[in-house]
Amino acid sequence: MPVLDHGREIEDRWTDLADDAALPAEGGVIVSLERWRAERDALIARGQPVGVRLKSNQLATELVDDLAHLGVVALEFPKFRDGRAFSAARELRERFGYKGEIRAFGHIIPDQYQFLTRLGVDTVVVPADRVGPAWAHALNEISIAYQPALQDHGTVSLLRRHVKAEIKG
Amino acid sequence: MPDTTVPNAHSNQPADAHAGVYRYDEFDKTFIFERVEQFRAQVERRLKGEITEEEFKPIRLMNGLYLQLHAYMLRVAVPYGMLDSTKMRRLARIARVYDKGYGHFTTRQNIQFNWPELKDIPAILHELAEVDMHAIQTSGNCIRNVTTDQFCGAAADELVDPRVYAEILRQWSTLHPEFTYLPRKFKIAISGAPHDRAAVQIHDVGLIAKKNGAGEVGFTVYVGGGLGRTPYLGTKARDFVPVAEIIGYLEAVLRTYNQLGRRDNIYKARIKITVNEMGPEKFIGLIEEEYARLPRQKYYIDPAIVEAIEQHFAPPPWENLPAVSAKFEAAKAADPAFARWTRSNLSAHRAPGYAIATISVKPIGGIPGDIEAEQMEAVADLAERYSFGEMRVTHEQNLVLAHVKQDDLYDLWLALDKIGLGTANAGLISDIIACPGLDYCALANTRSIPIAQQISERFADLDRQHDLGELKIKISGCINACGHHHVGHIGILGVDKKGEEFFQILLGGDATQTAALAEIVGPGFSYDEIVNAVETVVTTFVGLRQPGERFIDTLARTGHAPFKEALYARA
Amino acid sequence: MLVKAKGPQQSVTANRLIDGVGVWLGAGNQWVERVADAAIFEGEAIAEALAFAKEEEKRQLVVDVYPLDVEATPEGTRPLHIRERMKAIGPSVRRDLGKQAAGPTPAL
Repeated sequence: MPVLDHGREIEDRWTDLADDAALPAEGGVIVSLERWRAERDALIARGQPVGVRLKSNQLATELVDDLAHLGVVALEFPKFRDGRAFSAARELRERFGYKGEIRAFGHIIPDQYQFLTRLGVDTVVVPADRVGPAWAHALNEISIAYQPALQDHGTVSLLRRHVKAEIKG
Repeated sequence: MPDTTVPNAHSNQPADAHAGVYRYDEFDKTFIFERVEQFRAQVERRLKGEITEEEFKPIRLMNGLYLQLHAYMLRVAVPYGMLDSTKMRRLARIARVYDKGYGHFTTRQNIQFNWPELKDIPAILHELAEVDMHAIQTSGNCIRNVTTDQFCGAAADELVDPRVYAEILRQWSTLHPEFTYLPRKFKIAISGAPHDRAAVQIHDVGLIAKKNGAGEVGFTVYVGGGLGRTPYLGTKARDFVPVAEIIGYLEAVLRTYNQLGRRDNIYKARIKITVNEMGPEKFIGLIEEEYARLPRQKYYIDPAIVEAIEQHFAPPPWENLPAVSAKFEAAKAADPAFARWTRSNLSAHRAPGYAIATISVKPIGGIPGDIEAEQMEAVADLAERYSFGEMRVTHEQNLVLAHVKQDDLYDLWLALDKIGLGTANAGLISDIIACPGLDYCALANTRSIPIAQQISERFADLDRQHDLGELKIKISGCINACGHHHVGHIGILGVDKKGEEFFQILLGGDATQTAALAEIVGPGFSYDEIVNAVETVVTTFVGLRQPGERFIDTLARTGHAPFKEALYARA
Repeated sequence: MLVKAKGPQQSVTANRLIDGVGVWLGAGNQWVERVADAAIFEGEAIAEALAFAKEEEKRQLVVDVYPLDVEATPEGTRPLHIRERMKAIGPSVRRDLGKQAAGPTPAL
């Protein structure tokens, strides 16, 4: 399925592997949390990039001891209304300092794209019939964010403007 | 459209320049217009079929747009209930141009329009944006409009002005990337005074200002309150969170809820269920763990920020007045109807010579909370003349002019009376909260408004109402409890019984700092019986009361038994 | 609350996407604005009508499609449940608004 980065389709370097699918000889794979746990040592020993899929009811804490080995963590949206992955992404970045790729897959709508990127998600997997300009557009529709985002190191970000405005005035 | 604000006679400032509302800066304006255009594009995509109704629904809900029985309904946010005359006139214009000439104030201090067309919504939102208003997050599974005390900035007992923190929370929660697809809706209420006029314990999170031993100001945080089919009062999560840390603490609450709240059953998805299924202690422990590890510095609200926001809510230039107004006293003595209104509809103001006036949007036999466009404009005029161009919407579906000179009260009341808004019934039996019910709502089982109207007419005699004293009736047309029946002194709940409307009576609820949930007294009554049953409860109270007792005082003393007997003995 | 239709005679209702106005499926699969003109379906025709209405939803004409129990009266089709009669009439507290303002409607 097409993978979007910054709203543009990119070549996917990962193979999404079902639990019963054989490991390919070459290339990065993404496996379920269950398969990761069952085959952890073998997957590491394989010497190829590996990542884990989390279902929406699997918390980021499940991976706390594994993150150093993982090139990607893929967060599932079973329904776009199920917003747990938003917290999972933030936990991965902010709490665990995860630096690898975070991708979102499943049922996602363009109107969620900007939220995802603000929380540290890099890539989004989109069904082929849903690829379109709406995704890139969604990143630019709203230029103001009221909350501290992940890349933000200041205190409550935008609220600071009130102080600045006062000093200016 | 021409600027309709009337310049103040004494300066070239607009007449509502001192209204205690937050005024948008360039950031806010950029944001709000971008948001309007975003929704315009979303509506176009929907009409072209590029997104399905299933995908569009949460988007339109997060812009305040519902689909009800007869039409769409647009719920416009009135942030923490504050309006100025410019905004009120714009609401009137929207009612007239895009709707059917009226609006409806809600229990969350918002206003809703019952007949807009989908194709007009982007234009309406644009008109709202022009006056610093929006409909963002008035619905949907996100953090909703933060509500507060309608007497904020005027009441004598206030520790902090809750508007400052309500506005900080409004900004923080607006399109919060992490908390916009929560398990279910999330309502926050703030009281800046220990006397809770914001019903904080029936909210997902309730904040009550308090001072700690060192004299610092903070909030007591309650979590997991709510009404609906499983009512709970909030559990105290923290006795004291310093004001500067409140966003950080709420981040911890919301993150815990977003990850652990139930998503398998819509009726069990509110935070109150998570708190109580898990046990409050365990849940609060998880919040504390999250709070301990999140980068608190990032969420710290610098006192300089607070000061800057406080300037938006600076007290209006009150005059130095004597505490007693001879003019006011003379008018009360000369006009008993006015004197009666002052007894029910005035509250003490912190500045000498001023009063807080509640405008009843509950005329006898009227629809609770409904207001015509002409009335909105007339109230905006009166607010400019008598209260710095400022109005508040209350959670009891009334309006408040918070800063009226006692000298002006008689003129104000005469003018209100002329436009049908002078009823002397605030806090009395005909000041009823009622949800829209089956007359409008697609979820309702029964009507709610006509019951309120009939009770109001049955007790139309205002002297009788005043004799009965404070008595809060709250009516919901279904178990979702939008009419707050669980916290009514007398609560009424409509239920469907084989396709027929039936109404249960609950007694003993309380939405104030002595919060309590009402209990069902017994089997329900038919549409034709319910008003008689309410009157039976009231006459029973009159027979039992001791001097000075309010309805809930008597009920607390006697228990439910005598009321139950009066209601069901004849059967 | 929406009541599940289970009777032998049913109609199909929805709201028009563009303005939200309540409509019913009438003769010849046309959407009509008055419940009296709603077609009454029985047996397998109910599912067929519903399927057609769902297609109309996909064509961006209507939303919130569902079936309702009805009966035939001399004045036309009449919903059996009070919620559906309310939808067909307009708010009982504002007789000047909704369907009732435009012409005869069934009694509540």
